Amino acid sequence: MATQLVKGNTAVVVGALYAGCDSFFGYPITPASEILHEAAKLFPPAGRRMVQAESEEAAINMVYGAAATGRRAMTASSGPGISLKQEGVSYLSGAQLPAVIVDIMRAGPGLGNIGPEQGDYNQVVKGGGHGNYRTIVLAPASVQEMCDFTFKAFELASKWRMVVYVLADGVLGQMIEPLRFPETSVAPETDNRWAVDGTAATRPNVVTSIFLNFDQQEAFNHELQAKYAAVAAAEQASESYRMDDADVALVAYGISARIAQGAVDAARQEGFKVGLFRPQTLFPFPQDALNAFVARGGKQLICVEMSNGQMRDDVKLAIECRCPVHLVCRLGGNLVTRDEILAKIRATARQA
Amino acid sequence: MEKVIETRGLYKTFPRKGGSALTATHYCPGCEHGVLHKLIGEALADMELQDRTVVISPVGCAVFAYYYFDAGNVQVPHGRAAAVGTGISRTKNQAVVVAYQGDGDLASIGLNETLQAANRGEKIAVFFVNNTVYGMTGGQMAPTTLVGEKTETSPDGRDPLQTGYPLHMAELISQLQAPVYVARVSFSNMAKLKQARQAIRKALEIQRDGKGYAFVEVLMACPTNQKMNVEAATRFVSEQMEKEFPLGILRDRSADVRPLVRAESDYRKETLDRLLRLDVDRAPDARLDPAAPTIQLKMAGFGGQGVLSMGVILARAACAAGKFTSWYPSYGPEQRGGTANCGVVVSGRPVGTPMVTEADVLVAMNRPSLEKFAGEVKPGGWLLYAAEIGEFAAPAGVRTLAVPALDLAKEGGNPRAANVAMVGVLAGLDGFGLPDEAYREALAANFAGKAKVVAQNEAVFALAKRWGEARRA
Repeated sequence: MATQLVKGNTAVVVGALYAGCDSFFGYPITPASEILHEAAKLFPPAGRRMVQAESEEAAINMVYGAAATGRRAMTASSGPGISLKQEGVSYLSGAQLPAVIVDIMRAGPGLGNIGPEQGDYNQVVKGGGHGNYRTIVLAPASVQEMCDFTFKAFELASKWRMVVYVLADGVLGQMIEPLRFPETSVAPETDNRWAVDGTAATRPNVVTSIFLNFDQQEAFNHELQAKYAAVAAAEQASESYRMDDADVALVAYGISARIAQGAVDAARQEGFKVGLFRPQTLFPFPQDALNAFVARGGKQLICVEMSNGQMRDDVKLAIECRCPVHLVCRLGGNLVTRDEILAKIRATARQA
Repeated sequence: MEKVIETRGLYKTFPRKGGSALTATHYCPGCEHGVLHKLIGEALADMELQDRTVVISPVGCAVFAYYYFDAGNVQVPHGRAAAVGTGISRTKNQAVVVAYQGDGDLASIGLNETLQAANRGEKIAVFFVNNTVYGMTGGQMAPTTLVGEKTETSPDGRDPLQTGYPLHMAELISQLQAPVYVARVSFSNMAKLKQARQAIRKALEIQRDGKGYAFVEVLMACPTNQKMNVEAATRFVSEQMEKEFPLGILRDRSADVRPLVRAESDYRKETLDRLLRLDVDRAPDARLDPAAPTIQLKMAGFGGQGVLSMGVILARAACAAGKFTSWYPSYGPEQRGGTANCGVVVSGRPVGTPMVTEADVLVAMNRPSLEKFAGEVKPGGWLLYAAEIGEFAAPAGVRTLAVPALDLAKEGGNPRAANVAMVGVLAGLDGFGLPDEAYREALAANFAGKAKVVAQNEAVFALAKRWGEARRA
């Protein structure tokens, strides 16, 4: 095993290379650009392909083309770029092509700024493009997970023939931490049952998302929903910190969870029974584990996020509003502070 | 059963279409898509390219091109064929990529993708159907609609003062350097049809040989949306369209171009390990040591003063010593000429937040940073600032030190290494439980490949460390 000190954005490229990603297509945008830079540096010497696309739309459609050949392909961007890619994400989902997208979130709406935010939650976790589709969304909280979750994203994408997002923020993209490198590298095989790669074996195949017949289109949609239900049952992932005896649970993902963990420790020193529930998948939302907290008699939840309660909506849905769900949030590029969380814990725990 | 003329390269019946009329195409009577399909299909079959071919069906009337072509097929979003084709071609070197697009698709919504793929010289044969009108969506004006031509969205005829002039795609593309072959053809009489057949074959030969980008613009009749009978529509092509869009071969570099071969992916772990320099740049895994204190450091100064790399050196030293560590910078435009700062956390446990808001150590390289962050230093913590900043009222309870970092750097032999001098002073003052060896490894790794700089920086570090040790008390 080897450890190196690397940037979060670099860790994404490391994960992709060891996962057997063949092609990277991207367009520059802060704070995701280092992913493009590192891909430019590292993909070609490994025989992999990297194209700086003319636009975000072109980048996602290059991914569509590469994915259609059955090879592993990815792109990376930040909020404004993800907005532009949504057409392609819908088509990828309609054609059931596996692909990986990394979103290093920045502040919005509009041009916003390049500070960290988590305001892309809805557009990434809820679909974002047209139609009844879902994407799997992984939420790393460290440089290690930037690598590991990117690696995992390719496996999930191939397994389910879905778009898988790695949803991170500007802090995770820009920060440096020690990274334990992957211990294996993957040589993916083309699935000739559906790929179209210019070979005799795949000549009969068609990659498309069009069904003119309404009933066919409906049946296809039901097929997708059945797949998403299977994903929801199989792929929930979360991490619990000091949750065993907690009355109050913080719910946070990404960098917000790192800050929340500090607040849990501080609150415990003050005698509050507080824990942290950290979703590692946002779709599927890890509702089974969260419901275990409620079933055990957990009294209140506090969502900590750098968005206006977008994740809190999913928390409420997950527990079917069976206990109060509070919100601590900062927006615009600002991070939630430990003291802001502590203040909310003090106020909430007294009610609990 | 309807009689179907057998055409090579196309299916005889159309099972991909579904429904009951499996021998009828979905195209309108008099439509010329069928002619173009047959010419492409026949060429693919004659050249034995069907196994290698990926046909890209656009959005438009040819969205169902995959009903007919006996080849692999990818149906794509409106206008994006060139980008999808890029993805396919780059990934599968041997694939013969055929993009089949109409005028709205290629010249309007997909103009950027079209020109950029042409300009990159992607290995794609593009067949561009120009019939001056949108088909599938119901007869709207296209970028290629002729001046005065009536469409659903130019009911009084195209007025160039309002909507500009017909876009000449073949000419536009032939302005670029990369395309190998650019031609414009029509089917308006038998002689022209034969020329069209030759052009189509040429474009596909270029793909067969992997030589690059080929573009064939095909002027075609659309009786339905031009609201004419077949005869009138054909006359419209020969008498009006061909006047606006002259036929001919605009470019043919195929004899001079060598095949473009893309690399094959190397999936071996050894390759990746070597590429990522794991043989030389590797640290031990962090060791859990809950008793060790967690130290938070912040470095700030002007962009260019090396404050970010100062932080990286410290984080590297921590990593080399088996500590848990994190580094987080101010990023973006701030780096370019403005102020820069970073936070480093060194700990015996996994690092929580990487943001440093309560610092055990602040290193300030300029006055604005000093004034901005001095209040964040914890009581009993260290505040180091560059001596040239001058007088500064130290906050109460903070150990404050003006460091002649620039002088130490000059004396050590590298006047640009004031940041290294600061690291040396820090190591002398405290060391944070990191052995000298860890600092040396960090300095070597941070300036890898620059042996002279590494040697100078080691001298600066050693000098500065002694300076710091003398002020430890």
